[in-house]
Amino acid sequence: MTARRTLATCGRVLRQLRHDPRTVALMLVVPCLLMTLLRYVYDGKVQVFDHVAPVLVVLFPFTVMFVVTSVAMLRERSSGTLERLLTTPMAKGDLLAGYALAFSTAALIQVGLVMVLVVGPLGLKIGGSLSVLGLVALLDALLGTALGLFLSAFAKTEFQAVQFLPAFVLPQLVLGGLFAPRSEMLPVLNWLSDLMPLSYAVDAATRAAASHVWTSTLATDVLVVAACIPLSLGLGALTLRRRTP
Amino acid sequence: MMNAIEVSHLRVIRGRRVVLADLSCTVASGTVTGLLGPSGSGKTTLIRAIVGVQEVAAGQLTVLGQPAGSPELRRQVGYVTQTPSVYADLTVRENLAYFATMAGVATSAVARVIETVSLTALSRTQVGQLSGGERARVSLAAALLPSPQLLVLDEPTVGLDPLLRQELWALFHQLAAQGVSFLISSHVMDEADRCGRLLLMREGAILADATPEDLRQRTQADDLEGAFLRLIALQASA
Ligand SMILES: Nc1ncnc2c1ncn2[C@@H]1O[C@H](COP(=O)(O)OP(=O)(O)OP(=O)(O)O)[C@@H](O)[C@H]1O
Ligand SMILES: [Mg+2]
Repeated sequence: MTARRTLATCGRVLRQLRHDPRTVALMLVVPCLLMTLLRYVYDGKVQVFDHVAPVLVVLFPFTVMFVVTSVAMLRERSSGTLERLLTTPMAKGDLLAGYALAFSTAALIQVGLVMVLVVGPLGLKIGGSLSVLGLVALLDALLGTALGLFLSAFAKTEFQAVQFLPAFVLPQLVLGGLFAPRSEMLPVLNWLSDLMPLSYAVDAATRAAASHVWTSTLATDVLVVAACIPLSLGLGALTLRRRTP
Repeated sequence: MMNAIEVSHLRVIRGRRVVLADLSCTVASGTVTGLLGPSGSGKTTLIRAIVGVQEVAAGQLTVLGQPAGSPELRRQVGYVTQTPSVYADLTVRENLAYFATMAGVATSAVARVIETVSLTALSRTQVGQLSGGERARVSLAAALLPSPQLLVLDEPTVGLDPLLRQELWALFHQLAAQGVSFLISSHVMDEADRCGRLLLMREGAILADATPEDLRQRTQADDLEGAFLRLIALQASA
């Protein structure tokens, strides 16, 4: 792996994004729009907004990054450019790290915009720390990117890649504790939700929003989310085979 | 002379099909060798095995003296896929600058290869807005970046007009004169006459390995298309 190749890949992915205003809008504008909508959906019940918004601040970037990354990587596979790159002296890490870096940059901007919007114009009030919430959101966006890179290996078409959203992300949303506290679920569902990385992100967001104290549970949640990022990238590297059938 | 490519008893299975059952062939250094055969005969599969991106069930492939796919070969072998493999949403120059960095080549090479494939006027155009033939040339330019010793080209002249085709073949011969070896697949028989040597392929096997003149003489056919058909008939009756 070399810094030059990683940075070149990062620059190339960002340049591709720049040529695609719709995807940029999906990444930067849509989460803001959704948060604004949510604020007015709960217009009469601001305390509900204060309760739900921190979780969504974390989930929207994850979802958007997941979809964008998995389609981008799938395109790389199906256009033959991946095959070309793998016949050059490049290391697989150059490609994955370049992608991760590019989408991290996008995630940073995205999370920054959403945070400024919710605490500013939308008037979100939380009892906890905004910077910790921002950190959780950023980690979660990175996790979305890393999982997107990995799972794109299991799709053959862009159509199939998009199907991961209902098949892979929605179950995590349903079981993640957004609709009902995980502790009150059937034991088997609770156990399932323990296996899903998004559950930890939701827990972390809720805890970060509730209190300034860095409890050990909050730290554990953040660590689990953070640890899943290199794990997914590593699994992604395994799916980049130089030889294919 | 040393062989640029040596394939012995290659067996490749794709999906459930045995695409190459037991294929052996060689490509001599410094020659332009044509790989010809009908659609589905296994040209792309053989090429993929040679450049080391195809999973192989059995057999030995030696490329420039190294086992196919070894890391040392990545700087020495250029590969152009059948469908152009470049980024449609980047310009010609952006594509080549990126591939140059990934190949570990100075970016000064970019202008050189753009010139070589006659795309200078279009270098700032997005590849998605190019014609099929122009796009194919961008893909070829990317393979030329590291000045490889062996170029493996999968149907590089499909969709090109006669003039451009002639230019590219002139380029191939010019590079070959400098010692670059070529393996070029095609299913257009009239291109075969431009090759120093031909590998005729059919149903995953090498039907003939000869010079164009040899082939015409052996089959008494006027053109190579006729020679190919006669070879198949001869084989069927044998
Ligand atoms: N990914 C794949 N999975 C399974 N079978 C495949 C795959 N790719 C090709 N094949 C089969 O392998 C055989 C040889 O294909 P190949 O692409 O090597 O032919 P070709 O000579 O390059 O044809 P063409 O001139 O049309 O490009 C075909 O019969 C095809 O059906
Ligand atoms: Mg082919």
